[in-house]
Amino acid sequence: MHSPKPNPETRSSDDWPSELYRILKAADVQQMSYVPDAGHSQLIRMFSADRDVATNVLTTEEEGIAIAAGAWLGGQRSVLLMQSSGVGNCINMLSLSAIGRFPLLILVTMRGEWAEFNPWQVPMSRATQPSLEAIGLKVMRAETAEDLVETVESAASLAYESDQQIAVLIGQRLIGKKKW
Amino acid sequence: MSMSVPSQLDRRAAVAALLKNRKDTLVVSGLGSPTYDLHSVGDHDGNFYLWGAMGGAALIGLGLAQAQPGKRVLALTGDGEQLMGIGGLATIGVACPRNLDIVVIDNQHFGETGMQASHTGRGVDLTAIAAACGFAATATLRTLEEVQSLAAQIAEPADGPRLFVIKVVAENPPRSLPSRDAVFIKNRFRAHLGFAAA
Repeated sequence: MHSPKPNPETRSSDDWPSELYRILKAADVQQMSYVPDAGHSQLIRMFSADRDVATNVLTTEEEGIAIAAGAWLGGQRSVLLMQSSGVGNCINMLSLSAIGRFPLLILVTMRGEWAEFNPWQVPMSRATQPSLEAIGLKVMRAETAEDLVETVESAASLAYESDQQIAVLIGQRLIGKKKW
Repeated sequence: MSMSVPSQLDRRAAVAALLKNRKDTLVVSGLGSPTYDLHSVGDHDGNFYLWGAMGGAALIGLGLAQAQPGKRVLALTGDGEQLMGIGGLATIGVACPRNLDIVVIDNQHFGETGMQASHTGRGVDLTAIAAACGFAATATLRTLEEVQSLAAQIAEPADGPRLFVIKVVAENPPRSLPSRDAVFIKNRFRAHLGFAAA
């Protein structure tokens, strides 16, 4: 069977977490908060090792909405990482971002939509985009690494330069099947 | 769990004593009475008043404290508001900001909704929870003299976050209403710190 040569472009696109880290640093993000997801693990490691960024592990995702508002009051930009199940925990706290027009950037790794083994992930997966839109967020979605990098770059501008509240949904197809 | 002894302390007198010499302390107030209490002392550009986002006051304080390490940040909230954000005490304990104090004005009731008894009147001790989360100092206060000492104490640097519960009489004093326009309050607050409105 023909074995293709390693393609540098493919290799770099596979490393989308490094690209997201580079983009968020270029956007001057100085605070990051998260409830972990396997799909975010590399980005969490990179931020946690960065002494110029305050990193907060949360007990529930809505805490990150409040931290992001406080960061902005104090002159800093914040990003929040979670998986789709966490979106449901955030809804009332998103009133703060919506009514105060606080810049907000959330990166959501999707579960329950592509080769999902856990049926309990499916209902919140289905509710993720409609509930975010119902509380007033703009939802952007990416299914490929190239699209994701471009989407997050654009979302960061919209959030921090235009005071918008944005969730970027990262398709489960892009993250891949959870390995057991 | 046993019922706590009711306090005789007036909440407005307590908050006035706490903030008498606030200097450049930044204050975030939780929805309901703490927001009215904060405003009753006098409106201030370094105040951010919540009218919603229940459970968020201390965590807004955390984001602010991390962004402004050179300034003292006070989250002034109520027992019901802090109980809703109780997991945030673990998050703040881990983050360990040295410039964040949480003061809970604790009337042991949900005062905005008909004075139903809250958990703190039924034995739940927020100071014990904060201590278990690694807070650098915690205390429960019941008199004006204790609050006056606290005001001096929280002006001093700390080794980590601190949480103080001030037990007060369960009553609703006349409301003192700040602006409900969060964009205005946000931009005023940021301008106070030298940031231009977007």
